[in-house]
Amino acid sequence: MKMNNAKNREPLTDTQLLMSITIVIFVVMYLIAMIFLGGGFLHAQQIFDMLNDNASLIIVSCGLTIVMIGGGIDISVGAVTSLVVMSCVLYLNNGGNILVSIFLAVGIGLAFGLVQGFLISYLEIQPFIVTLAGMFFARGMTTILSVNPQKADHEGFAKLRDAKIEINALGYTAKNGNLVPARMELGVVVALACVVLIFILLKYLRLGRNFYAMGGNQQSALMLGINVKRTRFLSYILSGLLSGISGYVFMLHTGAGNATNAAGMEMNAIASSIIGGTLLTGGVGNVAGTFFGTLTLTTIKKIVVSSGLNDPWWQSITTGGMLCFFILLQSVVLSKRSKKKKQ
Amino acid sequence: MQEEVLLQMRHIEKRFPGVLALNGVDFTLRKGEIHALMGENGAGKSTLIKVLTGVYQMDGGEISVEGTNISIRSPQDAQNKGISTVYQEITLCPNLTVAENMFIGREGGAWVKHKDYEKRADEILTHLGIPARSTQQLGNCSLAVQQMVAIARAVDMNCKVLILDEPTSSLDDKEVNMLFDLMRDLKAKGVGIIFVTHFLEQVYEVSDRITVLRNGELVGEYLTEELPQVELVAKMIGKELDELSNLGDTEEKEHKDSEVLYEASNLSSTDAMPFDFSIRKGEVNGFTGLLGSGRSESVRAIFGADKVTGGSVKIKGKPVKITKPIDAMKNGIGYLAEDRKRDGIIAELSVRENIILALQVMNGLFKPISRSEAEAFADEYIKVLNIKTASRETPVGSLSGGNQQKVILARWLLTHPDYLILDEPTRGIDVGTKLEIQKLVLKLAEEGVSVTFISSEVEEMLRTCSRLIVMRDRHIVGELKGADLNQTQVMKTIAGGEA
Repeated sequence: MKMNNAKNREPLTDTQLLMSITIVIFVVMYLIAMIFLGGGFLHAQQIFDMLNDNASLIIVSCGLTIVMIGGGIDISVGAVTSLVVMSCVLYLNNGGNILVSIFLAVGIGLAFGLVQGFLISYLEIQPFIVTLAGMFFARGMTTILSVNPQKADHEGFAKLRDAKIEINALGYTAKNGNLVPARMELGVVVALACVVLIFILLKYLRLGRNFYAMGGNQQSALMLGINVKRTRFLSYILSGLLSGISGYVFMLHTGAGNATNAAGMEMNAIASSIIGGTLLTGGVGNVAGTFFGTLTLTTIKKIVVSSGLNDPWWQSITTGGMLCFFILLQSVVLSKRSKKKKQ
Repeated sequence: MQEEVLLQMRHIEKRFPGVLALNGVDFTLRKGEIHALMGENGAGKSTLIKVLTGVYQMDGGEISVEGTNISIRSPQDAQNKGISTVYQEITLCPNLTVAENMFIGREGGAWVKHKDYEKRADEILTHLGIPARSTQQLGNCSLAVQQMVAIARAVDMNCKVLILDEPTSSLDDKEVNMLFDLMRDLKAKGVGIIFVTHFLEQVYEVSDRITVLRNGELVGEYLTEELPQVELVAKMIGKELDELSNLGDTEEKEHKDSEVLYEASNLSSTDAMPFDFSIRKGEVNGFTGLLGSGRSESVRAIFGADKVTGGSVKIKGKPVKITKPIDAMKNGIGYLAEDRKRDGIIAELSVRENIILALQVMNGLFKPISRSEAEAFADEYIKVLNIKTASRETPVGSLSGGNQQKVILARWLLTHPDYLILDEPTRGIDVGTKLEIQKLVLKLAEEGVSVTFISSEVEEMLRTCSRLIVMRDRHIVGELKGADLNQTQVMKTIAGGEA
């Protein structure tokens, strides 16, 4: 009987373990905020605001998680997002069509993924260098398109931008007695869909498992018969594609293009992935973790602001602290694990 | 034992620039046998394995499996033709589950059928008696189990020939037994197993036949039960026993009077088992044993090159702590590493820069050696050691092996060590330079430097050392000096037991 019990309770894999830690920390942190700070944290709208503001960050973080699981890195994602926003705004303002603008966004993202993926996988150039070049290129292109901020004044787009999903049950009653429903933007739906789809891809599709194998041990993956070059190529294409989608979602949220849009987004995305339990060394990670990683990062920023530390540098400092804390925690947990195994 | 021939390699030849690595080697593997492939360093066994697995393309000869001639283009191709290899380093993904490791990369379809894989994996694991569960993360299993999972994968891919390349080198006794049980099991199922190892006892425990290679040539194929251990050693090292008895006229060099320079008790490192060792001033001693017997690991522990895990060390009677190379260097110990290319030379730097390296490290970052000083040192040692180089500014990588070795020797001599450890200083260098190095060792000893000298060539050690420490399977099994210092006695001690 004892044997049977042991069989049912399999120890968590590294990926599951790190993700669980993130979720627990997020929940504890949020509860603490609810108890000590109250205010906005007591309303469901707080969560919806966090999602509304960070839908595009969640999407690029998913892409980055894929690349990082495969043992790579992509720092062009923020700049590509920005380029997509500017391109689509200009296109729409010149009498464009909504459907075509979506294709434009996806197309730009895919183009970056294809070129960068090709250089990294088939010409074997360092991913950091390639995507650094991609980042500069995309930033430059955005500025060429327009130095000044551009507001989207397309009619159909305005409808799409203002469309909100209202959930009365999660709303609250304002001081004047009116019910204010919880509002969620369309971008959040897209982001959640991305998280679910990528989760399925990584867990149940052969391609997804190949990403893990490649990141776990590239040489082994090759010996096990995996086409490593193609797998790596596809990881960058997915990241590019998600950057394109992220750009469109970003535009839905802000409604304007600006050369400084999404500045530093790639770094926030890396931070989200790491906090969510993705290892920079590859092979371990999960988009569900990344999703909670983004929320954790956002929550801590909100807590800092709610505590009265309004200056922007406090957010940076806490982000840095969080990142250090999580990386330390991960390495301690994982090294304890490998020590236990040896004994 | 069935006698049906499974794999035949005939007159295999493989040439590398300047070397004939395999010279007309024959190898035959029968169905349901465990066949040990033996040989010392450079004998050609890993080349032969790499030819068989498609890593190298052979330059001549033919390979046939079950009577049909085949050509093997890549490791993938070899697997498809029923030849699977399990390497010393595990070539699986530690972050995936056991089941995934068994099926990834060889299943069609876009979806992963986790449940299906797990069921099939569990069946195979139970069938082969491997103590692992399919849903476990591979990295959480012991190394032995990981190795067995690799074997299970190979078996499930219908391999006929299974090559195990040094599978036991990182396993403990219990794990080795588990692996052997699995090997015997597969043997009963008709799989032909090629077992490459340097643990003699394991060969005798599990193998049916032994093929010995030496210097890229076939020495012979023997039934394990008909080949005594001491003869196997002789065949690997390359002297027939009868000839050996006549040799061994080493002059007596006792050092009872001089003080003990270095003394270690119970010294151990991450790679070396605890051992006791001492050396007197001006003494030349040697560690001998087959490759993998722990001889290099022991001297690395003395130098602190691997993480020292226990034991105490005294130098000139005073306790010292040596846990990393710089400690050893400060205590007057120099170490010429076994792998010249990896641990010795820095190929892109000049002869001069390579020579002053150790001295510079000892002086520290803030006491640089001036250019003129460095040039003087370099010129001096180029002359003293007769290093053949175009100039002191020539990159070391362009020198011949023997001269590279002299550059590293110069590097250590420049630090004026009291105790110099030379691990395989004569490997892969020409005979003339070998003699020069041996003479240099003896000269250093006369000047009062203690030297530990390691070489795969026993003869060379007998010529230079006054005391030999014999190791087998990571333990010191004997210490020979005086009249016992002859080749027969050395081989008997290496092989263990009586001849």
